[in-house]
Amino acid sequence: MTKLDSKIPEGNLKDKWTNYLNSMNLVSPANKKKLDIIVVGTGIAGAPAAASLAQLGYNVKVFCYQDSSRRAHSVAAQGGINAAKNYPNDGDSIYRLFYDMIKGGDYRARESNVYRAAEVSNEVIDQLTAQGVPFAREYGGTLSNRSFGGVQVSRTFYARGQTGQQVLLGSYSALKRMISEGKVKMYARRQMLEIVTVDGHARGIITRNLVTGETERHSAHAVILATGGYGTIYYLSTLAINSNGSAAWSAYKKGAFFANPSFIQIHPTCIPQLNDYQSKLTLMSESLRNDGRIWVPKEKDDKRPGNDIPEDERDYYLERRYPAFGNLVPRDVASRAAKERCDAGYGVGDTGQAVFLDFKHALEKQGKDVIEDKYGNLFEMYETITGESPYERPMRIYPAGHYTMGGLWVDYELQTTIPGLFAIGEANFSDHGANRLGASSLMQGATDGYFIIPNTISNYLSDKIRTGKVATDTKEFDEAEKEAKERLEKLLNVNGTQTASSFHKRLGKILWEYAGMARNEEGLKKALTMVKDLKNEFWKDVKVPGTSAEFNQELEKAVRIASAFELSQLLIKDALSRKESCGAHYREEYVTEDGEAKRNDEEYMYVSAWEYQGEDKEPKLHKEELKFEFVEVKQRSYK
Amino acid sequence: MKVKLKIWRQANAKAKGQFKNYELDDIQDEMSFLEMLDALNSKLIKEGENPVAFENDCREGICGTCGLFINGRPHGPGEQIATCQLHMRLFKDGETIVIEPWRAGGFPIIKDLVTDRNAYDKIMQAGGFVSVNIGGTPDSNAVLISKEHADEAMDAASCIGCGACAAICKNSSAMLFIAAKVSQLALLPQGKVEASKRAKRMVAVMDELGFGNCSNTGACEAECPKGISLAHIARLNREFLKANIKS
Ligand SMILES: Cc1cc2nc3c(=O)[nH]c(=O)nc-3n(C[C@H](O)[C@H](O)[C@H](O)COP(=O)(O)OP(=O)(O)OC[C@H]3O[C@@H](n4cnc5c(N)ncnc54)[C@H](O)[C@@H]3O)c2cc1C
Ligand code: SF4
Repeated sequence: MTKLDSKIPEGNLKDKWTNYLNSMNLVSPANKKKLDIIVVGTGIAGAPAAASLAQLGYNVKVFCYQDSSRRAHSVAAQGGINAAKNYPNDGDSIYRLFYDMIKGGDYRARESNVYRAAEVSNEVIDQLTAQGVPFAREYGGTLSNRSFGGVQVSRTFYARGQTGQQVLLGSYSALKRMISEGKVKMYARRQMLEIVTVDGHARGIITRNLVTGETERHSAHAVILATGGYGTIYYLSTLAINSNGSAAWSAYKKGAFFANPSFIQIHPTCIPQLNDYQSKLTLMSESLRNDGRIWVPKEKDDKRPGNDIPEDERDYYLERRYPAFGNLVPRDVASRAAKERCDAGYGVGDTGQAVFLDFKHALEKQGKDVIEDKYGNLFEMYETITGESPYERPMRIYPAGHYTMGGLWVDYELQTTIPGLFAIGEANFSDHGANRLGASSLMQGATDGYFIIPNTISNYLSDKIRTGKVATDTKEFDEAEKEAKERLEKLLNVNGTQTASSFHKRLGKILWEYAGMARNEEGLKKALTMVKDLKNEFWKDVKVPGTSAEFNQELEKAVRIASAFELSQLLIKDALSRKESCGAHYREEYVTEDGEAKRNDEEYMYVSAWEYQGEDKEPKLHKEELKFEFVEVKQRSYK
Repeated sequence: MKVKLKIWRQANAKAKGQFKNYELDDIQDEMSFLEMLDALNSKLIKEGENPVAFENDCREGICGTCGLFINGRPHGPGEQIATCQLHMRLFKDGETIVIEPWRAGGFPIIKDLVTDRNAYDKIMQAGGFVSVNIGGTPDSNAVLISKEHADEAMDAASCIGCGACAAICKNSSAMLFIAAKVSQLALLPQGKVEASKRAKRMVAVMDELGFGNCSNTGACEAECPKGISLAHIARLNREFLKANIKS
């Protein structure tokens, strides 16, 4: 396949999804029983997809690497989930939610997909409520909303600072119900190693049973990847330690195009790195920016504790630079502004790599009870880690790697360039362009899983009803399994001296420095060489103890890190090829006079979709030109 | 600081386990407990020994994956935190720290500090859901729920499924875990309809899976990283009674 077909349905934006539903091919209830579907991943995308498809009557097998599907990384989402309900009556609408996402994404997302996500979002909230998700409520009994960055309405639904946990557990419960009815088979503690294709179509996967070490073959008529993002590529990130992009990467190597790999969101409000042992950075939810004010001292190298710095010596730099949105500018803008202040010498704390997030005014105005009700558990989390109470002293925060807008390229049906292989949730690239707005990932994952994939997949499956069971004793499965096993043995046989994690840490440092919040050609080129050298060193000197025939966490890690090297190379190439700044992708060569990202719509208004060409060959760039028919493309301004 | 570690090592489910001793010199106050174990493992790997298997994922106390018995307490000496949120500043220089896996009939050991908690998933499967189909649900504001009930449901819903409650219970009972779910759903109109049936089913499966009965010692509440209250067990008991009266 060389040409990208986005399969955008005809018609006005508002009618596209309806038109699609009206004209797609269906699979009758009796025939669904003849069809098997594999879902890899049990997060806010995978769990509802598996449950919905099972409810429709398909035979579903679902996989995750954790010991339980309830632990998928979605569980850690804090702040909330968006929908265009307009309950607060503040002028919200489906169109406005769509518009905010398109603009927030700096005009690098596909209109039709984003509109559909906004359109379906309301139903997701109703579904989750019906499943018993205890969303926050007003005294009158209706649902509460709050605001997130980059928008001027309150459309975010939340369950304290544990929204991800609650919406995931809602979906998990739906999945459990289907498992109990025998409609879904759950395979926990499995690491997917390979996609199996037969005649160019995805027909199964190879997994490793993480307890016994055995490799296993699983076949189906379609495979859905819901394997999350690859933000851990920076080593230190807000993601779970084991989150990774290796499943998507194996799909890429089998022919699925990888889109916008360099679009990675750096979240502005995380607890800063304290020492070199650190294994992760903890997010402090964006919702805190509703009431917390961000500032640095007006004087350079002012090392006084925050509380000792008088009001007129503070620089509330977001409010100063962006009066219209203030502390609620989008994430990319807030992160860069923090970096700018710290690089200029105004950073606080021992390392100077932090800014204050202060609740003093909110506490004075609203009282401790109200603030505790909204953010209590986040404040506790902060205190557990740093030993300091945000009720008494301003928090110190700094940006950290957080979310990957990039991912597997998918069309309107969420199908990758491998027929029969679908990608949903953070694993695909589809809805956030070059920057994601807060609370819109849970929304996208849930819309993909609950309501979109169960429909679009039937269009693909409708002519597979006579295929019969897909056999696993075929040469395609033999080969894929052999490939997977060889890779495991190769990793074990290096028998070098350095741990897999130590390589990961070094890789992360390179990427953070040269392909993080700010990038330039020289640095990116340097990084490309450094990553290549590090990868070679890895394959000569990594030490993976034990064998493949046992519970072996070091081997699991090594598999992930081996693919992270390759993905990093593509990420850097993508960043190099995009000679503009847009959203989170900030090229220092392309900025406006006042330091804002400067897009180049003439030349770069496209999705870059990379095609694998073979080991050590240059990947091929395909461009999906983006057409904006329903919004006017403007320079983004939050001033 | 220096620490001495006494860690349970067990090659696999069938092998006989034993404690082994280790020492680490270069531990910083602000390291997390798991970062300390990371340091131990990288040392062991370099020395050609097998690293200690322990599980973790989010490292911020929400996924419920980690769960170690530290100095005789699930999740160690901190109050209302999971193992991954423990920091070394809570330990003394030179202290001996004893690290064991969960020990409860329902949680067999897989390797070293890793246990199989699939039983908790099975209990959930027995009824930890609202039997509502996907699609066609009413508008969220069609049914009003008082803030008090929503908040209390949220308190219960914050269970992370870590297993500490059964691990500390002298009867190895999973009642707090079940109560958290039963109570959450019983407090909400959406889940109320099936409340007593749910309670009965979940308790029955718990019994089948080798967990003991609740004798109200309260150890679970004291050690629960999310502070799930015993009051939820009382609500579970009420629902359970109702179910028995009905049948
Ligand atoms: C700290 C934090 C806070 C956030 N807060 C918010 C928020 O408030 N609102 C919001 O909208 N978004 C938020 N996000 C983003 C959002 O949580 C994620 O983007 C989203 O949950 C991703 O869901 P997912 O289903 O795509 O993937 P995940 O939830 O990451 O699930 C991935 C699944 O794939 C499985 N998997 C992966 N690889 C393999 C493999 N090789 N083999 C087998 N299984 C595999 C895993 O086991 C897991 O089940 C937050 C993110 C972070 C990190
Ligand atoms: S009730 Fe508490 S101790 Fe038990 S599983 Fe839930 S969070 Fe863990």
